[in-house]
Amino acid sequence: MYKKVDENDVAFFRSVLEEERVLSGDRIAEEYSHDELDGVRRLPDVLLKVRSTEEISAVMAYADEKKLPVVVRGSGTGLVGAAVALEGGVMLETLGMNRILELDEENLTVTVEPGVLLMDLAAFAEEHDFLYPPDPGEKSATIGGNISTNAGGMRAVKYGVTRDYVRGLTVVLPDGSVEKLGGKIVKNSTGYSLLNLMIGSEGTLGVITEAILKLVPLPKITESLLVPFRSVREGIRAVPEIIRSKASLTAIEFFERETVLFAEEYLGKRFPDTRYPAYLLLTVDGNDRNVVDREMTSVASLCMEKGAADAYLVDTEERKDAVWKARGAFLEAIKASAAEMDECDVVVPRSRVAEFVEYTHALAEETGLRIPSFGHAGDGNLHVYLCRDGLSEEEWEKRMETAFRKMYARAAELNGQVSGEHGIGYAKKRYMREVCGEKQVELMRGIKKVFDPNGILNPGKLF
Amino acid sequence: MDIIVCVKQVPGTSHVEVDPVTGVLKRDGAAGKLNPYDLFALETAFRLKERIGQARVRTLSMGPGQAVSSLLETLYMGADEAYLLSDRVFAGADVQATSYALKCGVEKLGKFDLILCGKQTTDGDTAQVGPELAEQLGIEHASNVLSVDEICEDSVTVTMNLDQVIQTQRMKLPCLLTIEKDACTPRLPSFRRKFATKEDAVTVFTAADVPDLDLSRCGLKGSPTQVERIFPPEKGGGREMHEGDGEQLADELYGILRSGKFL
Repeated sequence: MYKKVDENDVAFFRSVLEEERVLSGDRIAEEYSHDELDGVRRLPDVLLKVRSTEEISAVMAYADEKKLPVVVRGSGTGLVGAAVALEGGVMLETLGMNRILELDEENLTVTVEPGVLLMDLAAFAEEHDFLYPPDPGEKSATIGGNISTNAGGMRAVKYGVTRDYVRGLTVVLPDGSVEKLGGKIVKNSTGYSLLNLMIGSEGTLGVITEAILKLVPLPKITESLLVPFRSVREGIRAVPEIIRSKASLTAIEFFERETVLFAEEYLGKRFPDTRYPAYLLLTVDGNDRNVVDREMTSVASLCMEKGAADAYLVDTEERKDAVWKARGAFLEAIKASAAEMDECDVVVPRSRVAEFVEYTHALAEETGLRIPSFGHAGDGNLHVYLCRDGLSEEEWEKRMETAFRKMYARAAELNGQVSGEHGIGYAKKRYMREVCGEKQVELMRGIKKVFDPNGILNPGKLF
Repeated sequence: MDIIVCVKQVPGTSHVEVDPVTGVLKRDGAAGKLNPYDLFALETAFRLKERIGQARVRTLSMGPGQAVSSLLETLYMGADEAYLLSDRVFAGADVQATSYALKCGVEKLGKFDLILCGKQTTDGDTAQVGPELAEQLGIEHASNVLSVDEICEDSVTVTMNLDQVIQTQRMKLPCLLTIEKDACTPRLPSFRRKFATKEDAVTVFTAADVPDLDLSRCGLKGSPTQVERIFPPEKGGGREMHEGDGEQLADELYGILRSGKFL
């Protein structure tokens, strides 16, 4: 169905990009065959280290005409195989497009190329007294990747997700045409929001080559509370109470002691407290010392009323470092603890988070799998990991399949969705079909057809 | 057992700017915090108390009135009592005058078995106040202590991180230890303890409360150190490049890891 990349194609790409940015065959490193979770593998036939909208436009027009499959890749930190070249073909790597183009202090926007890393954007914003609020755990991901998965992160409780911070995009469509969607505008009621279709489309509709992102003024004070609970149940059950109290929190994270111990092992650094089976990590930000203090005190006493053993103050750089470094390493730490693992990134209404966590515990007993979890309890998004440990390949596949089916079915019963922030990619396709239903998937296919009639962009993903 | 931990309130951010003209630290508006190095001394004290069972941990500081907030924090972390020496006569003190004031404070607190200090502070950075305090009190001291291995009624066995070696030694009590950075992970201040602590829980001593205080040894007057100029250190790249074949580089790497005491 797709044309295989041949010498003529490579010669064409070399006429568009300098030779050292066109890699084929053995010159493509192994890492380009998979993403972070490494669930599916295939190397592209040719890897193009693109640097500009014009180059991408020329490549896309050519690929469309020749019917060459094209996959876009940033840092490769995805978890669902969305940036794996399942059909081989062409891979566009955007890491070279890493310039921060403009800070517009009148419109409160920053314009970036897609290969800018989240950590670099966050640091740039802070240097200028701004905050780029989306805060996914993986700071070495690219902004292009964040937009493509509509990444969320820890601050979603107060600030929302990546979608809420994308004002405009420059996009190369599969036929090579260049479109500017949205702009430095706060409001927009001009027809269908193609901008929002692009966000979260996982590289299936177009190639993002520039993004205008919204910034907010940097809060002067940010402090956290580490709240220990004597049981997982008490900890997770306190979350709806905290939300109900109307406390203005930036983050509400939940994790269990086991995960903290993995992080200690992984980082070689002790966490300030590991005496309790479950913890909540809450963050308050603001500009007024007294207001922040009041909020921290009232949340601390509420937590203790709801059964917390204590509430610990995480205020200075050193203390934030000790706690948040560990939180940021949870995924890697669990991965290092297991021979193999797969993940589930369900999102449920926040009021049902406790039920879902308790369900995964019951499921661990039922299937005999180790199922550690942690997550953004405040926005209902949980990261649940299935660990292979000593199981045989066959047994692992079987139990994993059962556990996944049951978890997604349970999430659907609770009116949740398959993915909160990691996306569908290759790994979660059938679960999306089951949860969203044929009708919705058909609509998605229709949209894909309009943008990409020849189906060259990121084939084999989403549906 | 009676343990005293000496602490200091330092500027709340590590990005304190130095005025290039006057050489004075720009402290305007920056809230204070407990010297991060002192947290390891505090944690060591709390763990000793947990280990021994019967022990009292008292914290002591010299500083302006706002240092009360840092002493309150030591109570939220686990200290039993907290004391602040605060008086204009102590202002402008260098290592010697600070150590003298702390010595008077320690004597005012009465009997003690062990004094713990942070290795240094993030503002003054001399790493000398702890040892100087021990000298003034006429007791033994050990610096850069990584761990307190054994403690009994009249002695303590400690492991120190010295320049070239790691040394374990037994010392007579009472003595003073300065605790190495990262010797342990300090616990966080507890709101449960905070809610149970009165706002005036810190005892403040002025010069008048300290018997036989020699005013000529206090503050700026008692400080032989003259600060000529303060300037920020030059920022280094902190990177070394080594070239050679695998075998040779492995040997060099081994040497570096060895001299850094990672191996």
